[in-house]
Amino acid sequence: MLGLGADLLWADMNRLLAFLFHQGVLDEQFLQLQQLQDETSPNFVSEVVNIYFHESEKLLRNLRGLLMEREFSDYKKMGIHLNQLMGSSSSIGAKRVTNVCLAFRAATDHSNRSGCLRALEMLEHEYCYLKNKLHELFQIEQQRALAAGVRYPVQNN
Amino acid sequence: MGLGLKMKIQEMQMVMQKHHVPVALRMHEQNGSQKRKYTLIQKNRALIPLFLLLWILVMFYFCCNIFNKMDADAKVRRKEGLESQCDQRARMLQDQFSVSVNHVHALAILVSTFHYYRHPSAVDQETFAEYTARTAFERPLLSGVAYAQRVVHSERERFEKQHGWIIKTMEREPSQLRDEYAPVIFAQETLSYLESLDMMSGKEDRENILRARATGKAVLTAPLAFRSHHLGVFTFPVTNLSFLQSHETRKATAGYIGGSFDVESLVENLLGQLAGNQAILVNVYDVTNSSTHLIMYGSQNEKGDMSLVHESNLDFGDPYRNHTMICRYHQKAPTNWMALTTVFLSFVILLLIGYILYGAGIHIVKVEDDYQEMEELKVLAEAADVAKSQFLATVSHEIRTPMNGILGMLGLLLDTELTSTQRDYAQTAQACGKALITLINEVLDRAKIEAGKLELEAVPFDLRSILDDVLSLFSEKSRHKGLELAVFVSDKVPDIVMGDPGRFRQIITNLVGNSVKFTERGHIFVKVHLAESRKPTMNGTCETYQNGETDEVGHISGGCNSKTLSGCEAADERNNWDNFKHLIADEEFLFDGLVKKVASSECYEQVTLMVCVEDTGIGIPFSAQDRIFMPFVQADSSTSRHYGGTGIGLSISKCLVELMGGQINFISRPQVGVHFHLLQTLDVHKIKNDVRADVRSSSSLRSQPCVMKPVELLHEIPLTRLVSAKCNTLKAVVCGDVYSDYSADMFRERIMVFGRGWSFNIWQLDWKKNGHMLKIPQMILLATNISNAEFDRAKAKGFSDTVIMKPLRASMVAACLQQVLGMGKKRQLGKDMPNGSTFLKGLLCGKKMLVVDDNIVNRRVAAGALKKFGADVKCAESGKVALEMLQLPHNFDACFMDIQMPEMDGFEATRRIRMMESKANEQLTNGDEHPHLPILAMTADVIHATYEECLKCGMDGYVSKPFEEENLYQAVAKFF
Repeated sequence: MLGLGADLLWADMNRLLAFLFHQGVLDEQFLQLQQLQDETSPNFVSEVVNIYFHESEKLLRNLRGLLMEREFSDYKKMGIHLNQLMGSSSSIGAKRVTNVCLAFRAATDHSNRSGCLRALEMLEHEYCYLKNKLHELFQIEQQRALAAGVRYPVQNN
Repeated sequence: MGLGLKMKIQEMQMVMQKHHVPVALRMHEQNGSQKRKYTLIQKNRALIPLFLLLWILVMFYFCCNIFNKMDADAKVRRKEGLESQCDQRARMLQDQFSVSVNHVHALAILVSTFHYYRHPSAVDQETFAEYTARTAFERPLLSGVAYAQRVVHSERERFEKQHGWIIKTMEREPSQLRDEYAPVIFAQETLSYLESLDMMSGKEDRENILRARATGKAVLTAPLAFRSHHLGVFTFPVTNLSFLQSHETRKATAGYIGGSFDVESLVENLLGQLAGNQAILVNVYDVTNSSTHLIMYGSQNEKGDMSLVHESNLDFGDPYRNHTMICRYHQKAPTNWMALTTVFLSFVILLLIGYILYGAGIHIVKVEDDYQEMEELKVLAEAADVAKSQFLATVSHEIRTPMNGILGMLGLLLDTELTSTQRDYAQTAQACGKALITLINEVLDRAKIEAGKLELEAVPFDLRSILDDVLSLFSEKSRHKGLELAVFVSDKVPDIVMGDPGRFRQIITNLVGNSVKFTERGHIFVKVHLAESRKPTMNGTCETYQNGETDEVGHISGGCNSKTLSGCEAADERNNWDNFKHLIADEEFLFDGLVKKVASSECYEQVTLMVCVEDTGIGIPFSAQDRIFMPFVQADSSTSRHYGGTGIGLSISKCLVELMGGQINFISRPQVGVHFHLLQTLDVHKIKNDVRADVRSSSSLRSQPCVMKPVELLHEIPLTRLVSAKCNTLKAVVCGDVYSDYSADMFRERIMVFGRGWSFNIWQLDWKKNGHMLKIPQMILLATNISNAEFDRAKAKGFSDTVIMKPLRASMVAACLQQVLGMGKKRQLGKDMPNGSTFLKGLLCGKKMLVVDDNIVNRRVAAGALKKFGADVKCAESGKVALEMLQLPHNFDACFMDIQMPEMDGFEATRRIRMMESKANEQLTNGDEHPHLPILAMTADVIHATYEECLKCGMDGYVSKPFEEENLYQAVAKFF
């Protein structure tokens, strides 16, 4: 029963991934990331993604602060932040976030404040969505690991 | 799962239907637009017969007009002819008459001269008769002339006495009493009966005489009724005075000369002299009395052509009398045949033209109708084709997704605890699933090619590494079957060519896969060389093998032991060892080290490669050779039962080759083998020399030439070539027979390479008997397939690390040789790994890497990726930190540098590192240099300008972010 549960979870995970791919939230880079995960670093993906979340939240906070703080925002600094965010997003394969970042950066290049605000909101939205979904994914993966962990001793007996 | 698939298919069908509707709609629209595009002729197709009818009518009317005009012309001409002839006749008659009158006038003067002015008279009847008779020719119109003297009544008796006769009347009776008489005293013989007759007794004559006397001119009588109508008389007054005024004429008149003329005979005579008198009917009338025309010539009864009459006036010099000549044609105007035929023929011609036009019109309409029908059908067919391709693509794609699930599940299933039967079933299922996926991929490819959607890349790729890959792919299989699998790439073939590596690999994989599939024993040999270099050796025998008579030739030569790779006979006799040696000799002539080679290959813009795949399998039967490239066709239906497969591979290969602008062909002899050769023209990728030199994996070997020579090789032909090509400073000697060349000299060589067959035998020999213990050669064992037991045995004999499994790959041999020679041990460790992750793993294993990136996520990912390949990774979060870590001496093997970093970017950091290196090198003057640290840029944008800048500031290459294995491998392979 438990083994079957693990498979079901596996399928769930695959489905969720496929869904995210289909929506364009993630791209191949995430798969590459997953491939990097092996026995030597079993939690590599979640580790990287957690770092990513940590970093990104900081960056987002900064961005919001920069935009809200003064009438004349520091667009250059925002651009640097965005580059950071974009780089890390593309590294983990968060395609949609990357795309929004691109738009955001274009807005900062033109010093388009309203555009920046819109892009920031969209970015926050995308970010939240990504975060939720990835958390969901990791939860399933954890469950699966648990289930698999339970199963193996049974097998070994 | 099955349910899911079903649902998917239903969904797909719905999609297809939806697709179909627009297609149909589009077709409809096209039809509509085509209907609007009807040509003029097509629009008026109902009018074509009407046009024909109209044409005929118009032409008929036209022809009638022409005929009428021609007929009218002819009539005018006829009329003119008649007029001119008539006038001519009239004029002639008139002239003749006036000539006669003139002569009579002369006669009158004669009479007056000799009769009145002479006394006695010089003229008597005899003289007059003779003179007139002799001058009658001068008066052709007159039958005779007579002279009557004027005698008044008072002189009658004297006159009668003088002449001795009495004056008689016309009735020959003595004349009654009158005022005046005009008895004839002289007469021409023809008129002698007139003598003594009183001319004034006849009423008409009297009038005439009176009139003549009054006018003093010649006057004419009406035709004489009493004889025939045709005889006329004219009278001329003779005066006894020389010159007379008109009013004196009467008094002076002394007599009258009269002449009778026979109009009929005269006119007849006259007309006889003229041409065409038969055609014309001439009547001469006296029209003095306008109510009754007296006919003078011609018969009233002869009607002639009454429709056309011409009337000419005749003037005989007598104003009192009027004459006319009336001419008409004897016959009616003939029918104008010429006009008729002309018109008829032209009408016929025009009719035919009309009919031809009509036919053409009908034909055009028909053809255009047909054309439109075809267009519609074409649109339908194209729609069907598009639908088919779409369907195929969709279905293949949709099947692939669940198939992945199936395969994944099967994989999982195989991981669980299974009984052997279950495992067998599951494995079979997995194998089948894999085959199915392959098939679907191929079908998808085929569909893509057909739909023209397949796009070829043009990227630089290394031909050799691709061949290595393909070979390693099949090495397991061929080893299992016991086949020799070898590849040979000519050194003239450029290292890097432009093209689509994926597709090229696919083609080679297809061909080699086929060969492996259909070959049970012998060898498979892949050979790549420039097409030009092959030509001289090919010319002679080329023709013989292309035609159908290869069979016989093949069997004759089949008996002898072929000098091919495995000793088995091959399909193409040209491809034997002798030719091969020639080829190599040719090339080695040119092959004088790297410089020359670089120079020679850089002068090519394009190269034409000849890729040959030769096997010794079952071959292709002659009957099937012409359809071997057709999709889903295998040589024999039994083939698929024996060997499996669908037969689509070759057709895809052909499509791909043709798409890339090459050509593929084959030579085959059943039961002997197949020899596929494809000609492919590729651009040469030009890269800088220093980079290029590093690309060659063997360059490190080449750079240490002094150590190893010569090498002794035994029998392995391609190996000889391989080793000598890779380390061309080595000397390779081929020994056909190990025992014959088994001399003491051999032991001076440092390396011996053995084929598996005899390696153990040799080992049995006692090395020590030569006493050269120290110089025992290094041994390399070549094996096609080797069991564990054998491997252990070999190990025990001393082939510890030096067993090379075939197929031979350049990198592997090079690594092995280096190992044997004890150099570059550490660095060459990964050499014998193929391309891809395992190779990369070997490449990077144990290397110390520094990753410099400000972005912690990127840093982490890069580190993870590198760690995965076994590298020892250190990270630095900024350029400054990296500089500190790279203070000399350090032990990093490579550095990955992000370009965009705050404070100090990648370029700046690299520049400083290089500066540091050069400074350190200056301080170390003893020649022992610090190694050049490879620095690779990591950048998200891979545009060329960035790359240039990377090189400019001292970096050695770049990897695009995010990391991809292939990319990483390509970048790293240059340095390790």
